Amino acid sequence: MKQLNAIFESIGSTVMLAVNSARYLKTLPRQFPRIIEQCYMIGYTTLPIVTILCFFIGSVLALESGYSMQNFGAKQFIGTLVGMSMVRELGPLMVSILLAGRVGSAITAELASMKVYQEVDALVTMDIPPERILVMPRLVAVQFMMPVLTTIGNLCGWFGGALVCKYTGFISVEPDAYFATLKRFMEAKDVWDGLIKSEVFGFAVILVCCQIGLNTRGGPREIGAAVTKAVVVSLILILVLNYFVTKILVA
Amino acid sequence: MAGSSSPFVNKTFGVTIEKLNKSFDDTPVLKDVSLAVSPGEIFVIMGPSGSGKSVLLRHIAGLEVPTSGRLRIGDFDPADPATRERVRLALVFQAGALFNSLTVYDNLALYPREHRFGSETQIRDRVMRTLQILSLEKAAVQYPAELSGGMKKRVAIARALVMEPQLLLYDEPTSELDPVMSATIIEIIAALREQTAVTTIVVSHDRELAMSIADRMAIIMDGRICAIGGVADFTRPADPAIANFLNPTIDLKHPRFKQLENDHE
Repeated sequence: MKQLNAIFESIGSTVMLAVNSARYLKTLPRQFPRIIEQCYMIGYTTLPIVTILCFFIGSVLALESGYSMQNFGAKQFIGTLVGMSMVRELGPLMVSILLAGRVGSAITAELASMKVYQEVDALVTMDIPPERILVMPRLVAVQFMMPVLTTIGNLCGWFGGALVCKYTGFISVEPDAYFATLKRFMEAKDVWDGLIKSEVFGFAVILVCCQIGLNTRGGPREIGAAVTKAVVVSLILILVLNYFVTKILVA
Repeated sequence: MAGSSSPFVNKTFGVTIEKLNKSFDDTPVLKDVSLAVSPGEIFVIMGPSGSGKSVLLRHIAGLEVPTSGRLRIGDFDPADPATRERVRLALVFQAGALFNSLTVYDNLALYPREHRFGSETQIRDRVMRTLQILSLEKAAVQYPAELSGGMKKRVAIARALVMEPQLLLYDEPTSELDPVMSATIIEIIAALREQTAVTTIVVSHDRELAMSIADRMAIIMDGRICAIGGVADFTRPADPAIANFLNPTIDLKHPRFKQLENDHE
């Protein structure tokens, strides 16, 4: 019962954090430097790992599907399979998982140590709401960066798939044919659906990581525990949200 | 008492606390605390570690909500977020609570920037003037991690001062400092009150600090206020517990040392 209360309390606190942060959207122009800084943290520093991961996700997807599809002569549709899987599912999912591990954990660690070492209390006594300078700029920045990261991730996945198709002996599908089937069955809606997913996941990850960071109490040990909790909760949330958002988008 | 012809403060506030109680998870920390701090005075709250004095200060700063009782800064409730728009309150934290990702200059400039106190040039003048008062000009470009304990305390005081506070709170301002630096911090606290006439509440277990700068002081033990009065009232306290706290004696013949000796052998 106590644990159930704690879960509902956390959900309520997270919703309130989002609402309170939204109240400071009117201060957006003054927070511009902080938003740029967060765009750099979320976007630029995550880009290399997104590129590598998505390239190999696309590659292995092509490899596995080529291996299975050669048995019933459907190799020419590998482009469609890789393209659609990356755009609708794996691109947003992998970028969000990387965001949770790479950026979300860093945000929780930073905010938790600010809380534990009373920097957040100092902000409150100075009448500077933490939501205004610590949370809102991050939530805005992630909305800018998630579509960019996801699009780059999708492109890397497609090219990874194309390379594997060309240079793997038992597949041998030329890039022209690969991209032709990729384009033939893909619609703008598929791309938009993937981008919507990435926006939802990105927002949820950053919000949860901020909430856990700002509610940390104790000492250094609790900072570590908060980071672990933030990553685990983010991963669960991404997968649960993935089902519900997909259900809404395909309805 | 300092005059009210202050260069910074146009109004300062008194603090009234009536029957304040606070419990954390059913553990009472503050019990029926009542006291009144007059505008412009230096009030020192002393007590042993864990007696609840820092928790009391956090209540005055609006960082904790009382379980029961009444607390007012002037006519305002510090737990109400709107109070911070009416009362400029600064708290100097025990460990400084400086923003580690910002330089000393940016630590000081954060408040005037966020509250739009003029142009960047005006803010720069204001910050540099404050750093000058505390002889910290050379530390302006340094980060908190590069500073000594004494400098961190001075930066924390400077950050409070740049707010031009109407109520100034100090949490253990001389803890972890050598005697010379402690004396410097005590002088700074007294000088700031003289210059600004700001109401100052200091939480400390430093007897020297209390005796040298307090207008009035209170002793808190086990969450209760045991005594309130002027400094003269505490030179020879009648209560043995207060007397022992203010003038502790070291008794190496105490049974606990004998026990330790036996254990060691």
